[in-house]
Amino acid sequence: MSLLEVNQLDVRFALRRGDVKALRDVSFTLDRGERLGIVGESGAGKSVAAFSLLNLIAKPGYIAGGSIRFDGQELIGMRDRHLRQIRGNRISMIFQDPMMTLNPVLSIGEQMVECLKAHRRIGRREARAIALRKLEQVHIPSPEARLDQYPHELSGGMRQRVIIAIALLLDPDIIIADEPTTALDVTIQAEIMDLLLELCEKHNVGLILITHDLGVVSQVTQRMLVMYAGRVIEQGPTREIINDPQHPYTQGLMNALPQMATPGSRLNQIPGSMPSLDNLPSGCAFHPRCGFTQRPDGSERTACRSEVPGFVASGNCQAACHMVAEMQDQERIPAQETSR
Amino acid sequence: MIAFLIKRLFHALLVMFVISLIAFSIQNNLGDPIQQMVGQSVPESEREILREELGLNDPFLVQYLRFARNAVQLDFGYSYIFNEPTTDVVLRHLPATLELVAATTLLIVLLSVPIGVYSAIKPRAWLSRFFMGASIVGISIPVFLTAIVLIQLFSIGVSWSPFPGETGWGSWLNGLVSTEGGMPAYGRGDPVHVVGTWYTNFASTEGLVYLVLPAISLASIMLPLFIRLIRAEMLEVLQSEYVKFARAKGISLRRIYFLHALKNTMLPVITVGGVQIGTLVAYTILTETVFQWPGMGLMFLNAINRSDIPLIITYLMIVGLIFVITNTLVDLIYGLVNPTVKLTGKPA
Amino acid sequence: MTTQTSPQQAPPLPSRWERLRDSYLLYSFKRDPIAQLSLLVFVVFVACAVLAPWLAPMNPYDLAQIDILASELPPFWIDGSDPAYVMGTDAQGRDLLSTILYGARVSLIIGFGAVALQALLGVVFGLLAGYLGGRIDAFLMRLADIQLSFSTLMVAIVVGALVKAIFGSATFSTYAVPLLVLIIGLAEWPQYARTVRASVLAEKGKEYVDAARTMGLPSRRIMFRHILPNTLSPIFVISTVQVANAIISEAALSFLGLGMPETHPSLGSLIKSGFDYIQSGSWWITLIPGAVLVVLVLVINLLGDWLRDVLNPRLYKG
Repeated sequence: MSLLEVNQLDVRFALRRGDVKALRDVSFTLDRGERLGIVGESGAGKSVAAFSLLNLIAKPGYIAGGSIRFDGQELIGMRDRHLRQIRGNRISMIFQDPMMTLNPVLSIGEQMVECLKAHRRIGRREARAIALRKLEQVHIPSPEARLDQYPHELSGGMRQRVIIAIALLLDPDIIIADEPTTALDVTIQAEIMDLLLELCEKHNVGLILITHDLGVVSQVTQRMLVMYAGRVIEQGPTREIINDPQHPYTQGLMNALPQMATPGSRLNQIPGSMPSLDNLPSGCAFHPRCGFTQRPDGSERTACRSEVPGFVASGNCQAACHMVAEMQDQERIPAQETSR
Repeated sequence: MIAFLIKRLFHALLVMFVISLIAFSIQNNLGDPIQQMVGQSVPESEREILREELGLNDPFLVQYLRFARNAVQLDFGYSYIFNEPTTDVVLRHLPATLELVAATTLLIVLLSVPIGVYSAIKPRAWLSRFFMGASIVGISIPVFLTAIVLIQLFSIGVSWSPFPGETGWGSWLNGLVSTEGGMPAYGRGDPVHVVGTWYTNFASTEGLVYLVLPAISLASIMLPLFIRLIRAEMLEVLQSEYVKFARAKGISLRRIYFLHALKNTMLPVITVGGVQIGTLVAYTILTETVFQWPGMGLMFLNAINRSDIPLIITYLMIVGLIFVITNTLVDLIYGLVNPTVKLTGKPA
Repeated sequence: MTTQTSPQQAPPLPSRWERLRDSYLLYSFKRDPIAQLSLLVFVVFVACAVLAPWLAPMNPYDLAQIDILASELPPFWIDGSDPAYVMGTDAQGRDLLSTILYGARVSLIIGFGAVALQALLGVVFGLLAGYLGGRIDAFLMRLADIQLSFSTLMVAIVVGALVKAIFGSATFSTYAVPLLVLIIGLAEWPQYARTVRASVLAEKGKEYVDAARTMGLPSRRIMFRHILPNTLSPIFVISTVQVANAIISEAALSFLGLGMPETHPSLGSLIKSGFDYIQSGSWWITLIPGAVLVVLVLVINLLGDWLRDVLNPRLYKG
């Protein structure tokens, strides 16, 4: 049994004109110490997935169905009082923008100590000692002085280190990091990512890394999910997906990387843009942008328009695509015919 | 800290300078001391001599400097109405107004924070909707009308139901002060002497009863404003990333609401509160007029109606001073609450 | 991309009416019964005020029509009322309904007039301060700060007292309407100026202003043709609230005896004149005009609230 098992998670936003489905049928697992990447464009539902794990999605969002089992306990429907004992304690989070994440009117020390005191019966002095040790672990210079400083006195990179220290305070089993480096200067991004990777490996902490950066995913994670319009469309070991993406969307993402373009020519874009969640295309949500809705012989693959594709395995990976499914069938059928 | 204080002091002096210029030009253009000192019968030639003696023919700057020198010593001349130094008159009326403002501020602070916070935390609860609806009605009722309605309901009563005739709803309070008829609505009653010209309403039950209606009507205009402000700011803060992060840390909701969110909510509220103190003092003119509360506001209106220019000027200068002092205090408090204001001079 | 002249005509630009019909403003208005009711009541008020001379049973300004013997008559639902005077009469025997209709007219004229003046001053000063910056900005905003820290009502009372002292009571009464417009307009411009300045500063940072400047357009043109249109929604919202404020300010001044004379009353001076008779039990003289004033201000405030929710502009805090 995995440490975290998410099954058919369904998240909706209750708007006046009706529910908008932000996540549909999202399933994945995470083992102890494993690092999982969740990749997709903005609006694909990555952050919603991250926040719904701890039931932190902002209203009017709500979890409409599915199951989230953590260490044998079901988190969906759990009372807030009990869920609070897991938040920050066994599963902690790192947010996107360190400039906005720390409370501007409370000192760094206060914000660390309160987290410790929320989960453990512990004295103030002892809590400060732990906080100090964690600040040292994230390589913050003169950590003692930082405890009494306020967030505005630190740079963005320093603040993200503080946030990582807060995430590590109670030695959690899982850290969920939602685009932890996008808001930072490019020069600092790699530093912070290396730090996060180092700490996760050292303390055997599971990591769910949400990002749109395929480069970071390939360096840090062991497995990955690709999301599009609220659904997982491809999943498997990171290396295999990066080397041989099956789903046309994943292929498009790979091709869009600057290093994939021929020098001197334009970057390869996926034509069009992601549909809005309240107005999804029928069938496979990607079909209006997909270059493979026609078979090589020119005939239309009508299933793309009419049916939501299921997962097809290929190697250790799974992709949700009619084209992939058809190709596999064709490979199998001629093989059977020749053997006859 | 010192740099901040010096900057604030400079600002305060600038404001006082502007006010004194206004006060001086009022005195210069409207107040004719000769007219007040001597009657109509005195011939023009004698008036001219008097004018010269009093320095009224001196250049503008010389006259202003004389005015400013006297102003620093709080000497603004004699009141026409009271025939005594204007500063004494204003200071005698000051405690009544300050007590009214203090009682009102207390009401506002005690009610606006819990109501504002509640309606931000539970925006859909029917009680929150009621508070928001009531507050927009409250904003739309002029303060003097609230005062009149309160007098009608609690002090006079209306002969047809549901109002108890003759006494009004305040009759049950009359037992406390053993007065006949409705709730006391005019004047301060019989305040207790404290020291000098200071008499207080806070020292006796009777005094407090006299404060009730004026304080409620003065609060009625500010309270809805603050409830709406606190609610709006709190709603914004509750949407912020740092509140979300605090939730992700597993902090209790109570601590998130009353420490993380409220502290950030109060920053703009303190700033607005500083500005609103000025408005509150302005509204005392209206409240005191309705309730015949013997404070500075009522005195000021009498001074206006009887063109007592020195008294008007003294009121303006002293009220200006009160505004400047309170605004400086509010800035100091703001600096103490908000760590991003460098008040302590500690190296960042 | 190659430029191709398309054979079919481009669709015609939507007319103003079509744009309004499809706008979010109208959509949310249709869904908000409180806004609809408020607008209805407000329109009725304006219509009554405009048509007061035709609607009112008598002309309260005409001394010949006043019957002093019919003074302090109660409204129709109380014993002792006279069917000729539906809302009763005031202490001078004027029909209360007529004085209220005329009074609402005066209150609305002053309210709108004062807001027009404030808007003019505030928009010009706010644009100047926000766009030019530097010393002009510092001076204007310091002035606005000082004025606001004294509160607009206090400034209006002081200016009102001075104006009355300068002109004398008789002249003041004759020219009370334009003078009150002037007094309230001068007292309240900082609200506008700060709001306009804040949105100018926000707009100024945007690229289209840079672009206009690089093209060498003169400052005045950039301010009025490019920046001003983008600050319209906060101006629109604040105007609504300011009309309500101006009407309340006028009522307050009149109540203090610094506004409309009793011979030519606004709602505020009606309340004042009635207040003297409240102890004698004639509560209707003061409370009926009071209720009318509250309803008028309330519907304007409700409309302002709705507009703010819909347009959601950046408003100056504090």
